Amino acid sequence: MSVNGARTVLGGATFVALLVALYMVFIFAPLPANVSDFPEVQKILYFHVSVAWIEFLAFFVVFVGSIAYLKTRSRRWDVLAAASAEIGIVYCSLVLLTGPVWAKAAWNVWWTWDPRLTTTLILWFIYVAYLLIRNSAEEDEKRARFAAVFGIIGFVDVPIVFMAIRWWRTIHPLIFEGGNVGLSPKMTATLLVSIAAFTLLYFYFLVIRLNIAKLRLEVTQVKEELRAEL
Amino acid sequence: MNQFLASVKAIVWKDLKAEFRTKEMLSSMLIFAFLVIVTFSFAFNPTLESIKQILPGIIWVAFLFSGILGLNRSFLSEHNNESIQGLMLAPVDRSAIYFGKVVSNFCLTTLIEAVSLPIFLILFDFNYSASWFWLTVVVVSGTFGFVAVGTFLAALASNTRSSEVLLPIILFPIIIPVVIGSVEMTKLLFAGGGLAEIATWLRVIAVFDVVFLVIPFLLFEYLLEA
Repeated sequence: MSVNGARTVLGGATFVALLVALYMVFIFAPLPANVSDFPEVQKILYFHVSVAWIEFLAFFVVFVGSIAYLKTRSRRWDVLAAASAEIGIVYCSLVLLTGPVWAKAAWNVWWTWDPRLTTTLILWFIYVAYLLIRNSAEEDEKRARFAAVFGIIGFVDVPIVFMAIRWWRTIHPLIFEGGNVGLSPKMTATLLVSIAAFTLLYFYFLVIRLNIAKLRLEVTQVKEELRAEL
Repeated sequence: MNQFLASVKAIVWKDLKAEFRTKEMLSSMLIFAFLVIVTFSFAFNPTLESIKQILPGIIWVAFLFSGILGLNRSFLSEHNNESIQGLMLAPVDRSAIYFGKVVSNFCLTTLIEAVSLPIFLILFDFNYSASWFWLTVVVVSGTFGFVAVGTFLAALASNTRSSEVLLPIILFPIIIPVVIGSVEMTKLLFAGGGLAEIATWLRVIAVFDVVFLVIPFLLFEYLLEA
């Protein structure tokens, strides 16, 4: 099967998985019993959690790609890290948008300095910094090298940030407690399908983004060949 | 090992000598730290009793903002006359350059802090009664983590187009644990606490300091490839 064929299959599988996930979220999964007004709001959990998981996966791929680039100096790893960081930022922004929507309904505040939410915010800043480094380095080789170095530093920092924010929160306790939502088996199944669908979507984005990078490289090469002929 | 220490010492000596000849960075950092505090005292009424609660935060913001000024210059100044090439051509391990820069930046930043901290306390009329020894430990450990990762990222930023704008944006998210830990510890000490109260935070900062001294040490050679 050609690369294009494989991509189409992946795209189709993603489409079907997302449809199934939507069906399960809105029709199959029961409403939570312990929430009185607007229990429908709880549905956002299926998206919020899936997207949050992908965000960590994406940034882990950046970390792995960065190490592999410094070890091998192969452009492929750099392109992979860059693609994953861009998708990660999109997913991270989605977490930061769906979080407040849920928080407003559940706790009546848009934002709470919950350790997970706050760590996600810092994560967002770290990977925006990663993309800014990519933008401000001049040569390709330098950009790849600096981005890889920062990709490692940034990822290593995340557990320390989480630890620090968690202790900081225990000093300034919140009235609201996140955590145990209490999922029924049907809800758990829905969440798992939703996570799987979003993971497929991540890989589909990744494949498309890698293809764009490849085409861009080809265009540059063709341009250079033409310039050489002139 | 002795060879390595000698090269680190030479770089520290060079940096400090150059700085004390002009005192360009020291004076700007000190004035800037003052300005931050004065600006804060207009933003928040300094005569209110509640100001004591936020004073540790104000002090650390002033330290970090003025520290960034120094970090920005530490590698940019090497680009004048291409002296960075000279440093890279020197027959020493690249990490000696990193450690030398960390030590010289640390000296400058702590000097500014030592001069400005008493003045901040006077300006906000704060009577500090807890242990000066632990306050020194807190300031030194927090500053060290900030300078260790800051020097590394300054080297990275100095090689890009928008270096002076880039450094604060890439440095502040990384040093969030230092900011939280240092401010909390200073707050606990200002409230009359001692080692027992700050021990947990001191461990967080210690972990940060070690991690961000070892990782830049491993990665520094990748930043300075010609």
